[in-house]
Amino acid sequence: MIDRPTDMGAQTTPEFEEQRRAWERESAAGKPRSGPGSGAVDRTISDIPLKTVYAPADVAHLDLPRDLAWPGQYPYTRGIHPNGYRDRLWTMRQFAGFGNAKQTNERYHFLLSQGQTGLSVAFDMPTLMGYDSDAPQARGEVGKCGVAIDSLADMETLFEGIDMGSITTSMTINGPAAIAVAQYIAAAEKKGIPRRMLGGTIQADILKEYIAQKEWIFPPRPHMRVIVDMIAFCTEQMPRWNTISISGYHIREAGSTAAQELAFTLADGFAYVEACMKAGMDVDSFASRLSYFFNAHIDFFEEIAKFRAARRIYARHMREKYGAKNPKSWQLRFHTQTAGCSATAQQPENNIVRVAYEALSAVLGGTQSLHTNSMDEVLALPSEKSVEIALRTQQVLAYETNVTNVVDPLGGSYYVEALTDEMERQAEAYFAQIEEFGGVVEAIESGFFQREIAEASYRYQRSVEAKDRVIVGVNAFQKNETQSDLELLRITEEVEREQARGVAQVRAKRDADRVQVTLDRLQAACRDPKDNLMPHLIDCVNAYCTEGEIVEAMVKVYGRYVERSVF
Amino acid sequence: MALDRPLRVIVAKAGLDGHDRGAKVIARALRDAGMEVIYTGLFQTPEQIVQTAIQEDADGIGLSILSGAHMTLFPLVLEQLAAQGADDIVFFGGGTIPPEDVEELTKRGVRAIFTPGAPLQEIVDFVRRECGKRRAPAA
Repeated sequence: MIDRPTDMGAQTTPEFEEQRRAWERESAAGKPRSGPGSGAVDRTISDIPLKTVYAPADVAHLDLPRDLAWPGQYPYTRGIHPNGYRDRLWTMRQFAGFGNAKQTNERYHFLLSQGQTGLSVAFDMPTLMGYDSDAPQARGEVGKCGVAIDSLADMETLFEGIDMGSITTSMTINGPAAIAVAQYIAAAEKKGIPRRMLGGTIQADILKEYIAQKEWIFPPRPHMRVIVDMIAFCTEQMPRWNTISISGYHIREAGSTAAQELAFTLADGFAYVEACMKAGMDVDSFASRLSYFFNAHIDFFEEIAKFRAARRIYARHMREKYGAKNPKSWQLRFHTQTAGCSATAQQPENNIVRVAYEALSAVLGGTQSLHTNSMDEVLALPSEKSVEIALRTQQVLAYETNVTNVVDPLGGSYYVEALTDEMERQAEAYFAQIEEFGGVVEAIESGFFQREIAEASYRYQRSVEAKDRVIVGVNAFQKNETQSDLELLRITEEVEREQARGVAQVRAKRDADRVQVTLDRLQAACRDPKDNLMPHLIDCVNAYCTEGEIVEAMVKVYGRYVERSVF
Repeated sequence: MALDRPLRVIVAKAGLDGHDRGAKVIARALRDAGMEVIYTGLFQTPEQIVQTAIQEDADGIGLSILSGAHMTLFPLVLEQLAAQGADDIVFFGGGTIPPEDVEELTKRGVRAIFTPGAPLQEIVDFVRRECGKRRAPAA
């Protein structure tokens, strides 16, 4: 019986070392492809240096029980479920929303009929920024990037004929997130479905808005209070609700590296944990319902390493630093979306292939749910046809490729483990830097994240210009494109006019006194940090106050954020 | 018009669109090419953008839109330029804009629209050439 050491790479023999030396000689004699356009690079897309081959020595420092363990075991490097996808596939959740609530409702019925298992609401820009569809700021934007939701009336239409008690819904909205939750609760309760039955996720990650996505309303500090109020309320009253989805997706889309995406997102997550604990909540009371949202970019192994590292870092911090006792609080659950910024307008059909590889990386990384982008999203909102192909891409992956039947199939790969480790190391280095600023909010206020991301995105763009990075159809293998024959989805100006008429009708029909009373109470609550805002928001929504009116009432207390731009 | 100072370009974001990656990369590339670049920051109205360009005596305005509002916001900037008698300023743009809309907007007077994947050098060359012509109309 040989007493095997627990670390991964200690086993070596004179024979193995002799083989290594022989390989080194042969490798040194090779003639590597190089130069612009060759596609040969010795670093990941995020600039992590790569070796030609990885070997036991690269993972010799890893301790199996400490660093990897088994699926479903701390620190969850290999996944949060003991049986991975064998027990349950990921949720196929395609983000959708455009035009008005009625049009989007039709798309939802279509997606559910095609086998999609959860809904995901995309809101339009005015809704995301807290403006009604008839506000001057909304000119030209209504229904373009998502669905316009001005008041409870729109939310009711959005879910008409859909059983809100049995589906789960993800809502991608941040500045006015608390208002959207209030509308969702009110719409369900009008149908007789109590809030405790509602399952889903609200993004509500305001920190990444300042860092990357830029759809904020109030300044960071009061905004954090709104978020903490919402988390506290949902923790208590909505046991099936994920109270926040801490998002790296937009950080990556804004041009960050994989390590920055990982580090900034987890730093944001820890900032929410700290804020909730500071407000007196027990970490185990809320942590199990925090969820994460990552990007799946095109550098295949780097992405897998990122997902695996995310779980390990999170578990360690939650247990060791924040003292969480419940294993559920240590487990990082995440949604993934394929990288919009990796899609190209040239030869858009190629995006189907990119999306498939990216989706595979998310699944090999152990994602809980997945959105696959449509090939035409780089040109416009996706058409029904292209959305269907994107969903089918997931179904082929789930049912045909057989990658779902072994948990963490890349665990133990020298390369993937070394890269996972490197991701963790870089993230920890960023945490230390953020700490030096005094925390995430302080780092935002001094423009740290924004500068780091702008640097990285410019560096990347330069490498594409120099053809150090090859992008098929863009800087190599171009073809003289005749007009693409894709059928694009178009949102007409009529949607804007119709939506503006709709919100005017809502204002005319409702009880004006009740509107005033509920808005006044909300404003008073904004001034009193001990009074949770959520019940007041639900009252406002039920009185058919519009989103713009609610936001305006809050802005009177909190102000609007103005960014100092850096480039 | 002073010919000895560098070309001056406004890079602008309009409406409610927060996607500023492209705008910042372009701003940086134009600056690295020796131009003076003023980035407006987010959420500007067409009126504000044109005002800034006039006050700064800019040679060009580059507007970035990825929110789908391009058919509203580009024409509003054109209108403002005409109303202020500033339509000699080279007005160009970029973003997620379908080919038919690119055609329509260039027909209406936007000098060029660059879509995802356009090489930075092409944009830099365009700005240098067109803004340069504005400086020396006789040349």
